[in-house]
Amino acid sequence: MKPHVLVVYPHPDDETFGPGGTIILHAQAGTPVTYLCGTLGQMGRNMGNPIMANRETLPKLRKLELQQAAKILGISDLRMMGYHDKTVEFEDREVLVKRILDVIEEIQPTVVYTYYPGHAVHPDHEAMAEATVEALSRIPAEQRPVLYCQAISNNRLEALGEPDVSVDITSVAEIKLQAIKAHYTQTAQTAARLEKAYANKDPEIIPWLTVERFYTYRWE
Amino acid sequence: MEPIQKDKVQQQLDSYVDQEIYLHLETTNGSYAVLRGERTISVGAFIRNVPLRFERAVIAGHGPYRVGLKMQHGWVYAEGLTDWEPERQEGLLLAGHDEEGRLAVAFQVSRTPFGKEEE
Ligand SMILES: [Zn+2]
Repeated sequence: MKPHVLVVYPHPDDETFGPGGTIILHAQAGTPVTYLCGTLGQMGRNMGNPIMANRETLPKLRKLELQQAAKILGISDLRMMGYHDKTVEFEDREVLVKRILDVIEEIQPTVVYTYYPGHAVHPDHEAMAEATVEALSRIPAEQRPVLYCQAISNNRLEALGEPDVSVDITSVAEIKLQAIKAHYTQTAQTAARLEKAYANKDPEIIPWLTVERFYTYRWE
Repeated sequence: MEPIQKDKVQQQLDSYVDQEIYLHLETTNGSYAVLRGERTISVGAFIRNVPLRFERAVIAGHGPYRVGLKMQHGWVYAEGLTDWEPERQEGLLLAGHDEEGRLAVAFQVSRTPFGKEEE
C-alpha cells in the first residue's frame, strides 16, 4: 500500500501543537498528508496580541493561518469540514462518522492521527476522536490503517501508561515553531516566549519541541 | 478592537431600538481552565443569531462597562465589556478581554445574522 497520512482534528492549531513535527517528517519523506479540520476555531478566546480580531473576523483570520501552517507543515491536502467551534459533539454523529469514513475510503490512508478518546480534554476534540475511531472500526481489520492517538488529559499516564511511540522531531523543531507562529491570533502571546525559551534551551520547553508521543490505538 | 467610547456605543444602541435585531451573547472562562488548574469547572455559554426586539438599551459604568437591553418580557445583560469595533459597517460589536487579551465576554447586535459573510 502506498503510504498516505490522515490527520483529524477539530481546531486550526491542533495539528501543529499535536503531531506537527511528525507531520513535517512524513511530508519530508514524500508521504502525502491529508488534514480533515472540523471547525475554524470560531470561538477561540485568543484574539492576537495586540488584539487584532473580533468574534466575527476571527474565523477568516484563522482560516488563513491554517492554510499558512498547513503549507509550513507540508500538508498536501487540507480539507475544512465547516462545523462551528464548540458544537461538534451536538451534531449528528452518524453524519460525522460517514464524512470521515468517506475520506478514508477515498484516500486509503496507511496512518491516521487524532486525539485519544477520553483523554482529549475539549468536547470538540473528544467528538472528532470518537468519530474517527468509529469510522476506522468499520474498516475490515486487515485493511485498517494504524491509528496513533495523542492524550492530553492530566490523568493520561495513570489511565493509559506511557505512550508506546516516541517521534524524535529535533531535526524539524524550527519548522514546527514556524507553524506555531503561523497561528498568529492564537499564539502571539506565547510564541515570543516560546522562541526565547527554545533558544535558551529551557528544559521545560525543549522536550515539547523535540519529541512527540503517541499511543497506538488497540482494537478489541 | 478599541477601548469602548461610551457615548458612541450608546448612540448605536439607540439606533436598534424597536427593530428586529440578531443577538450574539457569549461568556467563557475557557475550555482549558480546568486543565490549567485555574478553575474547578469550565464555564461558558453562548447564543448566536437569536432574533429579538428591545424597547430600551443602556450602556452603564466607567469601564469595564455593562449593557442592558429591556425587552417586552425580560432582559439581556452583559458585564465586563472593555472594547468595541468602531469601524464595523453593520452591527455593534462589544467584547471584554482579560489582562492577557483573551476574550471573556462578547455582546453583539446586528440587523442581519452574524457570520454569513465570514464563514
Ligand atoms: Zn483544539
